[in-house]
Amino acid sequence: MFTLGIDIGSTTSKAVILKDGREIVSSSIVIATVGTDGVSRAIDHVLEESGLTKEDIAGTVATGYGRQTYEGADFQVSELTCHALGVHHVCPDAGTVIDIGGQDAKVLSLNGQGRMVNFVMNDKCAAGTGRFLDVMANILKLDISQLEVEAAKAVNVVNISSTCTVFAESEVISQLAAGTDIPDLVAGICQSVATRVASLARRVGIKEQVFMSGGVARNAGVRNAMAKELGVEIQYHPMAQLMGALGASLYAFDKKK
Amino acid sequence: MAEEVKKSRPAPDPNSAKFKLGQIAAKAYSDAMEAKKRGEKIGWCASNFPVEIPATLGLYVCYPENQAAGIAARGGGERMCNVSEGDGYSNDICAYARISLAYAKLKEAPEQDMPMPDFMLCCNNICNCMIKWYENIAKELNIPMIMIDIPFNPDYEVSDAETEYIKAQFWDAIHQLEEITGKKWTDEQFKKVMEYSGRASRAWIEATSQAKYVPSPFNGFDLLNHMAVMVTARGTAQAGDAMETLLKEYIDNHEKGVSTFRAEEKYRIMFEGIACWPWLRVTSTGLKSRGINMVTTIYADAFGFIYDDFDGMCRAYANVPNCMNLEHSRDKRVKLCRENHVEGLLVHTNRSCKLWSGFMPEMSRQIGEACGIPVTSFDGDQADPRNFSEAQYDTRVQGLMEIMEANKGGNE
Repeated sequence: MFTLGIDIGSTTSKAVILKDGREIVSSSIVIATVGTDGVSRAIDHVLEESGLTKEDIAGTVATGYGRQTYEGADFQVSELTCHALGVHHVCPDAGTVIDIGGQDAKVLSLNGQGRMVNFVMNDKCAAGTGRFLDVMANILKLDISQLEVEAAKAVNVVNISSTCTVFAESEVISQLAAGTDIPDLVAGICQSVATRVASLARRVGIKEQVFMSGGVARNAGVRNAMAKELGVEIQYHPMAQLMGALGASLYAFDKKK
Repeated sequence: MAEEVKKSRPAPDPNSAKFKLGQIAAKAYSDAMEAKKRGEKIGWCASNFPVEIPATLGLYVCYPENQAAGIAARGGGERMCNVSEGDGYSNDICAYARISLAYAKLKEAPEQDMPMPDFMLCCNNICNCMIKWYENIAKELNIPMIMIDIPFNPDYEVSDAETEYIKAQFWDAIHQLEEITGKKWTDEQFKKVMEYSGRASRAWIEATSQAKYVPSPFNGFDLLNHMAVMVTARGTAQAGDAMETLLKEYIDNHEKGVSTFRAEEKYRIMFEGIACWPWLRVTSTGLKSRGINMVTTIYADAFGFIYDDFDGMCRAYANVPNCMNLEHSRDKRVKLCRENHVEGLLVHTNRSCKLWSGFMPEMSRQIGEACGIPVTSFDGDQADPRNFSEAQYDTRVQGLMEIMEANKGGNE
């Protein structure tokens, strides 16, 4: 049985096709979201790659901020539950999931069976989210994927003290004007995200193992800063950004089996 | 093309609690308007000021908090906030204060008018922002302000010393009001008002406690509307009558197996914080569409003032939610959660209310732990619509529901 999970996030659309609730047949990440053809492109891609048609899909679950807008789903499930399911699938010992997406940060507490028992999310402020990194990368004229590389070169990490994205932007510009090295600045930016989200994580309680999911998890600069901040090893999977879509696909399998 | 036929709503039953309570709330404003026209002196009064004092003296008072909530619920919050922010007030201060300060300047609001005040009655047992808010209005309008200081109580119980401190201020307030208005205090009238207040309070607490039944005979959002009467008119005979009608209706609902919650009650939560008035429909629908009934709130307890004498009244006003310590506040809520079979806690992080929201992360953590229930919070505001995101609210509520569902064994 094939099931499809679609995660319609604030900046990207992700899709995963799963066979029998175990094997990932195909996956896709498209940088486009609600109000664009991003969702259909992500779905077309996974169908094409797997050689399946829509009729072959036994169940579809939509998750993410755009979940209510996708009409082709059998169920709409929050990204909280989906990330918990997805992470449990790839890391069965995970007790805490830190998911940093485009516009929010979430920390989920899982029980021994991988079920989410509590969660906290960031407030309405964009600090500590992917959007914060986007804004900073833009000022530094770097691609978001370069942040990780630059952070690794840091010698004297700069402290970015402003929580507010707009204020932090001014702070980074001032540092640039003062001639601060880019790697030191980038490492400070990654540290700022980690510090902000770590305080959320402490609120819900840290249970090892700690797994990072979501798009920002791809950035080793943030992962390393988070490990240092929390004093624990951070678990990671190359498909971290797809955990929501994977969880959605698992949920669909659970409902249809 | 077929002509659209508009169905007219059936006339409300004049004997229903909803009708009676609506009439009392509306009459509180119209009575004050008429009294003002007759030349009587009108007060603006804090919601936790001892209403028994103006009621015993036969004074008409209006409640800026109630007015601000009404203006916000009817869509005027942002407009009014912009007026006061334009005058230099920070958008970090309470939106009720900003709306009220704007009203004091404009002297009209299509959403809810009320007569301009001749004196201000302030009591800081609800918050300290109110002191400056009322002082500024008193200064702008050149009218007297009576201030009763009931400080935040770091202890669990109200001490005799605190009671004495409050009692002296209550008598001082009474004498000041006698001087300002020419009205006279009598112990006989106070006794009557105390009885009315007690009758309304007992019926209110008993009515809200009917949520102990599963399913609950009412939608908890009803309480947010009905409590207006407990704020503005609890010292009247009509309030007691209407609250007893409400209680009877809830008992009847339970016996007949019906509810004012118009959906299948799948989950039961406690809602913490002041309602997000500008987004009341959105916040209510987000719950109802998922079968989540908000069965209780601290308001069920907050406006029930039961006491036997003047000293008891002083103690009661020192024991209101916003001036009691974290442990006492937590225990009251834990009791409500347990008695009403609550399965989850939804916390409104109200950007207007630093006092209430400030200790909420720790308090809600303790409540969640004590009751074994999941807790989530969302950002919002009691009156400023700009501090709320519908998508964020929706995700948090759905996440809460999914945990409650899993706790029931629905998605193990």
